[in-house]
Amino acid sequence: MSSFLTLAIVQNALELGFVYALVALALYLSYSVLNIADLSTDGCFVLGCAVGATVALAGHPVLALFAAMGAGVVSGFVTAFLQTRLGVQSILAGIIVNTGLYTVNIAAMGFSSNLNLFTADTLFTRFAALLGDTPLAGWDGLILAAGITLLATGALRLFLGTRLGLSIRATGDNADMVRSSSINPAFTITVGLCISGSLTALSGAVLAQYQKTCDVNLGTGMVTIALASLIIGETLLGWAGPRVRMLAPVVGSVVYRFIMAIALRLNLPAECLKLVSAIIVAVAIAAPRLRQLAALQKRKMAARRARAVKGGDAGC
Amino acid sequence: MLTLTNLSKTFNPGTVNEKKALQQVNLHLAPGDFATIVGSNGAGKSTLFAAIAGSFYPDEGSVELDGQDVTFLPEHKRSRQLGRLFQDPLRGTAPHMTIEENLSLAYLRASRAKGGILSRVTRAQRELFRARLAALGLGLEDRMKQPVGLLSGGQRQALTLLMATLVTPKLLLLDEHTAALDPGTAAVVLDLTEKIVAENHITCLMITHNMPDALRLGNRTLMMDSGRIVLDVQGEERAGMTVSDLLDRFGRSTGRAMNNDRILLSGLE
Repeated sequence: MSSFLTLAIVQNALELGFVYALVALALYLSYSVLNIADLSTDGCFVLGCAVGATVALAGHPVLALFAAMGAGVVSGFVTAFLQTRLGVQSILAGIIVNTGLYTVNIAAMGFSSNLNLFTADTLFTRFAALLGDTPLAGWDGLILAAGITLLATGALRLFLGTRLGLSIRATGDNADMVRSSSINPAFTITVGLCISGSLTALSGAVLAQYQKTCDVNLGTGMVTIALASLIIGETLLGWAGPRVRMLAPVVGSVVYRFIMAIALRLNLPAECLKLVSAIIVAVAIAAPRLRQLAALQKRKMAARRARAVKGGDAGC
Repeated sequence: MLTLTNLSKTFNPGTVNEKKALQQVNLHLAPGDFATIVGSNGAGKSTLFAAIAGSFYPDEGSVELDGQDVTFLPEHKRSRQLGRLFQDPLRGTAPHMTIEENLSLAYLRASRAKGGILSRVTRAQRELFRARLAALGLGLEDRMKQPVGLLSGGQRQALTLLMATLVTPKLLLLDEHTAALDPGTAAVVLDLTEKIVAENHITCLMITHNMPDALRLGNRTLMMDSGRIVLDVQGEERAGMTVSDLLDRFGRSTGRAMNNDRILLSGLE
């Protein structure tokens, strides 16, 4: 086992799992809570990556995270504005913003399609220096990534218990109720998408510093991957109470990265991974309906068999 | 508490589908008034509620709530001071949120708690929720962590009633809120309504198609027809009234007989 999954592979899968978990967390808010398929995720992720990388290159790796989150808020706001105030369908609003972001992202990187931070000071190099020779040395990447992600998860959980947070949850759960109570759905959707955008962008910014590069095509398929992670997590933690279930995006994202690591270990070409994640998402979302259809089919067969037996008896 | 002055609304004006839903409606409710409203389908009862709640703005006239003119206040701002129940028990609660979360939301939105939009419910408030749930007598106080989607229609409607009155609203609007429930459950929810409204001295308007209920509950009965309030009885006149008296009075004020099956049937029960 240890030769199949070396410590380095496990560590790497965990680190990536935690970094990408922020996107799954963002989709938890937009998709599970608000019931909106926000397709601006791909572009927003790269936006965070580009803004984060640029600010980190300027020598401010901590500020980079906040700058990226700010950019994510703006992106979420535009998506929300299009659908709540201008009547653009939510899916279309996401696609429009995603398309526009491509140009914005290139501009954010100084009109270049990629950036590298090999020489720059990053959160990870700083944190590794901080840990120095302590026994935790070597685990710095994991601790930092896990710390940021768990902090964001905890903050989101606290937020969802506040008046605004509960209003956002009700908006996605029962639109009729919200319309007839003192909640302005346009406002709650806007706040929800802004937070979701900031989390997506934060993930991009952390990733930029983690892998020390940023590429404009980095985000392709991100929404599918994050959705796969979220669904895996929610399936695995379906039994748990709300407190534990809040960890579903993190758990799902880590498990997803392990699946990917194993697939790579089995010499599956890297180009196939996107197809694998697409299939995971399609099957996971279709699962309840497939189960229903299978049960109905079984029921029909049983009825037909029973009729055949009876028919045989009655027949002369 | 509520004053409606010359309230009028016409839908699709100037077309073949023109519908004068409200015509010069005048109504004043004193604090603590509990008025029941009866009338055939299409008489304008629900439209009246929608106008009071701000689902649309009237063409003419004004709505005053507790001395404040709210005619053009948007629905979501006005509803903070209103409690509203609909016929559909699924409409008033969020099914995937727990009983406690639904109550928290209702409480925080109506109470304007300190801390603004980031306010949270405290342990003491949670205990209050538990006590108020226990007072419903439905055993819901032991299920506070369960999603509301698991409750029956009657339980959900009782919970909605509690949510609407957790912080005493200036006006409670009940739009046939027991019509979708079985007779036994409807009676339970109606008893709870009476109890909660009386205990908290809530000003209340209730639409019903059950004529005996319309005379039994509250202190005032209104009858609507073609977008007008055609009958308004209270006090001694109402105390001595029977269902057939009410139908007679309706005939006299509109010049025709009440011809709605549901009303007639419930009147003969």
